[in-house]
Amino acid sequence: MAGFPILTLMLLVPLVAATACLFVEAKAARSVALVATLINLALGVVLWANYEIGGAQWQFTERVELFAGFSYALGIDGIALMLIVLSVFLMPICIGASWESIQKRVGEYMAAFLLMETLMIGVFAAQDLFLFYIFFEAGLIPMYLIIGIWGGDNRIYAAYKFFLYTLLGSVLMLIAMMWMVNEAGTSDIPTLMAYDFAENAQTWLWLAFFASFAVKMPMWPVHTWLPDAHVQAPTAGSIILAGVLLKMGGYGFIRFSLPMFPEASAQFVWLVFTLSMIAVIYTSLVALVQQDMKKLIAYSSVAHMGIVTAGAFAFNVQGIEGSMIMMLSHGLVSGALFLAVGVIYDRLHTREIDRYGGLSINMPQYAIFFMLFTMASIGLPGTSGFVAEFLSLAGIYQVSTWVTLVCTTGIILGAAYMLYLYRRVVFGEQKNADAAAMPDLTMRELAMMVPLALAVLWMGVYPESFLAPMRADIAALDARIARAAPEGDSQLKIGPPKSDKADAAHGEEAEHGGAH
Amino acid sequence: MASILAIVFLPLLAALIAGLGNRALGNTVSKVLTTGALFISCALSWPIFLGFLNGTAQAEVVPVLQWVQSGTLSFDWALRVDTLTAVMLVVITSVSALVHLYSWGYMDEDPDQPRFFAYLSLFTFAMLMLVTADNLVQMFFGWEGVGLASYLLIGFWFKKPSANAAAIKAFVVNRVGDLGFMLGIFGTFLVFGTVSIPEILEAAPAMAGSSIGFLGYRVDTMTVLCILLFIGAMGKSAQLGLHTWLPDAMEGPTPVSALIHAATMVTAGVFMVCRLSPMFEAAPIALGVVTVVGAATCFFAATIGTTQWDIKRVIAYSTCSQLGYMFFAAGVGAYGAAMFHLFTHAFFKALLFLGAGSVIHAMHHEQDMRYYGDLRKHIPLTFWAMMAGTLAITGVGVYWLGAGFAGFHSKDAILEVAFASGSETGMLAFWAGVVAALLTSFYSWRLMFLTFWGKPRWIGSEHIQHSVHKTPEEVGEDTTGGYHPHESPMAMLVPLGLLSIGAVFAGYVFHHAFIDEAGFWAGSIYFDEHLAHAMHEVPLLVKLAATIVMIIGLVIAWYAYIRKTDFPAKFVKEFSALHKFVFNKWYFDELYNIVFVKPAFWLGRVFWKAGDVGIIDRFGPDGAAWAVSRGAVYARKIQSGYLYSYALVMLLGLVAALSWVMAG
Repeated sequence: MAGFPILTLMLLVPLVAATACLFVEAKAARSVALVATLINLALGVVLWANYEIGGAQWQFTERVELFAGFSYALGIDGIALMLIVLSVFLMPICIGASWESIQKRVGEYMAAFLLMETLMIGVFAAQDLFLFYIFFEAGLIPMYLIIGIWGGDNRIYAAYKFFLYTLLGSVLMLIAMMWMVNEAGTSDIPTLMAYDFAENAQTWLWLAFFASFAVKMPMWPVHTWLPDAHVQAPTAGSIILAGVLLKMGGYGFIRFSLPMFPEASAQFVWLVFTLSMIAVIYTSLVALVQQDMKKLIAYSSVAHMGIVTAGAFAFNVQGIEGSMIMMLSHGLVSGALFLAVGVIYDRLHTREIDRYGGLSINMPQYAIFFMLFTMASIGLPGTSGFVAEFLSLAGIYQVSTWVTLVCTTGIILGAAYMLYLYRRVVFGEQKNADAAAMPDLTMRELAMMVPLALAVLWMGVYPESFLAPMRADIAALDARIARAAPEGDSQLKIGPPKSDKADAAHGEEAEHGGAH
Repeated sequence: MASILAIVFLPLLAALIAGLGNRALGNTVSKVLTTGALFISCALSWPIFLGFLNGTAQAEVVPVLQWVQSGTLSFDWALRVDTLTAVMLVVITSVSALVHLYSWGYMDEDPDQPRFFAYLSLFTFAMLMLVTADNLVQMFFGWEGVGLASYLLIGFWFKKPSANAAAIKAFVVNRVGDLGFMLGIFGTFLVFGTVSIPEILEAAPAMAGSSIGFLGYRVDTMTVLCILLFIGAMGKSAQLGLHTWLPDAMEGPTPVSALIHAATMVTAGVFMVCRLSPMFEAAPIALGVVTVVGAATCFFAATIGTTQWDIKRVIAYSTCSQLGYMFFAAGVGAYGAAMFHLFTHAFFKALLFLGAGSVIHAMHHEQDMRYYGDLRKHIPLTFWAMMAGTLAITGVGVYWLGAGFAGFHSKDAILEVAFASGSETGMLAFWAGVVAALLTSFYSWRLMFLTFWGKPRWIGSEHIQHSVHKTPEEVGEDTTGGYHPHESPMAMLVPLGLLSIGAVFAGYVFHHAFIDEAGFWAGSIYFDEHLAHAMHEVPLLVKLAATIVMIIGLVIAWYAYIRKTDFPAKFVKEFSALHKFVFNKWYFDELYNIVFVKPAFWLGRVFWKAGDVGIIDRFGPDGAAWAVSRGAVYARKIQSGYLYSYALVMLLGLVAALSWVMAG
C-alpha cells in the first residue's frame, strides 16, 4: 500500500460521482451514487485491513505543498480511521434509504450526499489545520441543502437554524486557528498536537474551539438546532447527521482541544462536566414527553453526546476510549433508529407516535430490529451501547463520583423514554387501520438493517476490533494530557487493617484518640 | 468441563433459531428445539453438581473470548464453574427444562408460541451467563440479559396495556438498581484495579479499614462498595423499596412467573451477595444493611400477601418475602443457609406457581380466589402438587426426627442462624422472620382453603360466565354454574410431579451439605465455621419457633376460611384502615408515582416548552433572526439573499485571512 494515495482516492470517488449525478436522470443517479458509496466502502475496508496496528502514528500520509505554508496534507491515525470507516459504512445505507422516498431532483440530492461523503472523509483525514477547517465548514453546505430542499414542511426554519448555530461557532474557531498558525509557525496538525501554547493563550484558544465543537456536538444549551434539523431532514439526512456530523464535535475535542490545550482543558473540565450532566438529565426528560419519533431520538442523541463529552474530558484512557466507542456506537445506533423511523414514515407519512401501534403484529421482522436498536440505545450489555457507556462512565468515575452518578441516571431515563417509545409504536393494539395494513420490511430495507444490526452486536461482543487500532493513539493522548489531569475525588486511603468485626465498634474511640 | 459450553450456549442457539425462524419454523419444531436444548443442558448440569457434592470436581474457568481491554481495565467472556455455580446450574436448568415442558400444555392455544419459547431459552442463556461469570461485567451482562428477557416475557401479551406497563416498570425499576450495581463496579475497579471476581475477593480483606471519597464524603471503602452493589441486588431481587415491579410482573404468562419471578432471576441478587461474600465480610456495616433490608422485606411482603385475592399475586408477595429470608441469612454471615433456601425455594415456589397455573388453566383463566372453592375434588393431581408446595413453603416437619418438607430445613436453618449470630440486626431479623413465618403459613393455607376447600363460588367469575354463557341470576343455587374444571394435560402434570419430589425431599437430602460442610462449598463462598456450629446450640424454643408459628398460622387460616367464613369480612370491617393500607401494598406505587413518575414528565414538559422553546430559542436563534430582520432593512442593499453569494464572500474572506497570516 506504500505510497498509494488511497485517501485522495476516497475523496475523489464520491466527488467524481457527485459531478456525474448532476448530469444524469434520476434512475441512473441512484445507481451511480450506490456504486460510488460501495466502492468507497470497499476502499474503507482496504484502509482498515492495511492499517498497521502498533505502526506509525500517522499512516497513509500524503502531502502536497500549496501556497504560503498551506498544504494539502492527509493522513490518519486509529481514531480517524474508525470515524472514516463509520462514514463509508453509513453512506450506502443513506443512499438505500433515499432510494424510493426521494423523487424530486434526485440527481442533485445524490450529488449533495456524495459531496458530503467527500467532506466527511476530508475532515477526519486532514492533517493541515486550514484544510480541516475547509472540510469542517463546507460540510454544512450540503447538509443545509439537504434539509432546505428535500426536508419536511418547516424545512426553511430548520435549515436556517442549523446554519446559523454552526456558523456562529466556527467564526471564532477560524480566528483562533490563524492565531495558532502565526504563533507556532505551522498549520501541520501533528506538529500542533505536540506544541505547548502558553497557558493564558490556551484559555482563549480553547474557548474559541469549544464554541464550534459544542455546537456541532451539540452540547446543552446550544442543542436546539438538532431536533428541528432532524425532524425536517429526510431519513438519510438524519442518519448522516446523527451518524457522522455530530461526531465532528467529539473528534474536534479529542484531536484539537485536549492535545493542543491540555492545561485549558483541565481548567474547563468543570464547564464540560456541568454542561454534560445537564444535557444527560435535561434532554432525557425532554425526550420522555415527545410525541414526534424523530424529535425523541434527536433529544436522546444530545443525552448520549453528553456522555461523549464527559468521557473525553475524564483525562484517562477508559474515558477517552469510551467516548470514542460511544461516538461509533451512537453513529450506528442512532443511524439505525432514524432508519427505523424512516421505514414506517415511508409507509404512513407521519412521525406522530400515536398514529402507530401494534406493529409487531403486521411487521414482526421490523419489530425485532427496532427492539435490538432500542436495546443498543439503552446500553444493554452485548450491544455496542453498553461498551460505550461502561467505559466512559468507568473513566468519569475516576475523576468525579458526582458526575458519574448524574450521568448514570441517564441509563434509567434512557430505558424509560426508549421503552415508552417502543411500546407505543410496536406494542399495544392495532388501533389505526392504516398502520395495521403496513407491510413488513422489504428486501431493500432488510439489506440496510442487517449490516447495522451485525455491526452493533459485533461492537458489543468483540469491541477489540475497534479498540485495537485506537489504542496507541489514545494512550499517546493520555500521556500528553497526563500532566494536566485533574485530581479525582475518590482518593483511596489505605487504613490500618482490621483484625475482625469487633473493631468496628471501637472505631469511634479511635477517632477520639486522635488516630486521624 | 467443556460441557459447560454446551450447557450455556445450547439455549442461546435454540433461542436464536426459534426466534428468527418464528412462524416459518412452526410451533412444533421450535418447541422441540428449545425444550430439547434445555433438557440436554439439564442432563449435563446434574453431573457437575454431583461432582462437587461428592468432592470429585474442581473449580475451573473456561475462557471463551476476549471482550474489552481499555488501559488497565480488561475483562473477557469466560465461564466459571465452582460449587456455587453448580448449585445455580442445576436450579436454573432443571426448573427451566420443566417450565419449557409445562408450557407445551399451558401455551397450547397461544398463536405466538415460537416467540414465547425463544424468549424462555434466551432468558435461560442470560441467567447461565450470570451465574458462570468470572468478572463483575459479565455478571452485569447476565444481569441485564435476564432483565431484557423478563421485560419481553412480562409484556409477552403485548396487546394488553397492563402487560406493557408492567414490562416497562420492571425494566425501569431494575435500572434503578443497576445504577447502584454500575457505580459499584466502577468503584471496585478504582479500588482494586480489576473487575475479576477472584482477584477482588482475594484483595478485599486487606481493604477493610480504608476510606475513599464518594460524592464529597469520606467513607469506608468496603462499606460503600458493598452497599452500591447491594442496591443492584435489591432491584433484581425485589427488596423493599425496589420491589414494586415484581407483583406487576405477574402480567406475564404463569410459566414465566414460575421460572423468572420465583425460581431463578429474582434470586440473582442473593447469588451476587453470596458470590461476593468475602467482600461483604470486609464490610460489617453493609452486612447490617443487607440484614435489615432482608428482614424488613420478609415481613412487609408477607403482610401484603395475606390480603390479596389474585392467586398469582399472593405467590408473588410470598416470593418477595422469601427472598428477604435469603438476604438476612446472608447478612448475618450464613451464606450457605441463604443458598440452601434459594435452592429449596426454587423447587417449591416454581411448583406453587405452576400449580397455580394449572388451577388458572382449569378455571378458564380466572385468577381471583374469591371465585374458586372446592376444587380439590375436580383437579386432584393439581391439588396434591399444590399441597406439596404449601407443606414445603410453610416448613412442615418434625424437629425430633430431623425430617420435613424442603422449607422446613432451609427456613429453620435461617431462623436459627439469625438468632445464633447474636448481633442486634440478627435478632431483629430473627423476630421479623418468625412473624413472617406465621404470616407465610396463614396466607399459604388461606390460598389452599379458598381454592380447594369450601363451596364452589365459580359463577361469580366473569371468565366462567363467558364459558358457560350464564349469569349468576340464571343459575340460582348452583354456584358452579354447570362449569366443569378439567385437570391439566400430562405436559403440565409431569413437571408438577417432578417439582413435588423436589419440594418434598430437596431439604432433607441436601441439608447437611449446604449448611454444615465447608468442604462442599470449597471456598466458593465465605463459610463461617463458628456460626455453623453456633446455630446448633440455640435454645430449643428457637428451633421450634418456626414450627409453632406455622401451626398458629394454619389454625387461624382454618378458622377464618373454613370454620367461620364470615370472620375475614368482620375483621376487615373492624380494622378497615389497617386493611386498606396493607391491601393497597402500603401505597408504594402511589408514592412513587407522585414523587418520581409525575415530576419526571412534568419536568420534561417544562424543560421542553419553557427551556428549549421559551428561553434558548427565544433569545438564541429566533432572537438573532429578529435582530437580523430589523437590521436587514438597512442592509438590504448589500445583501442579495442568495446562498452562493454568501459562500463567495466567505471564501474571499478566508483567502484574504490566509494570505494575511501566511504573509505575516
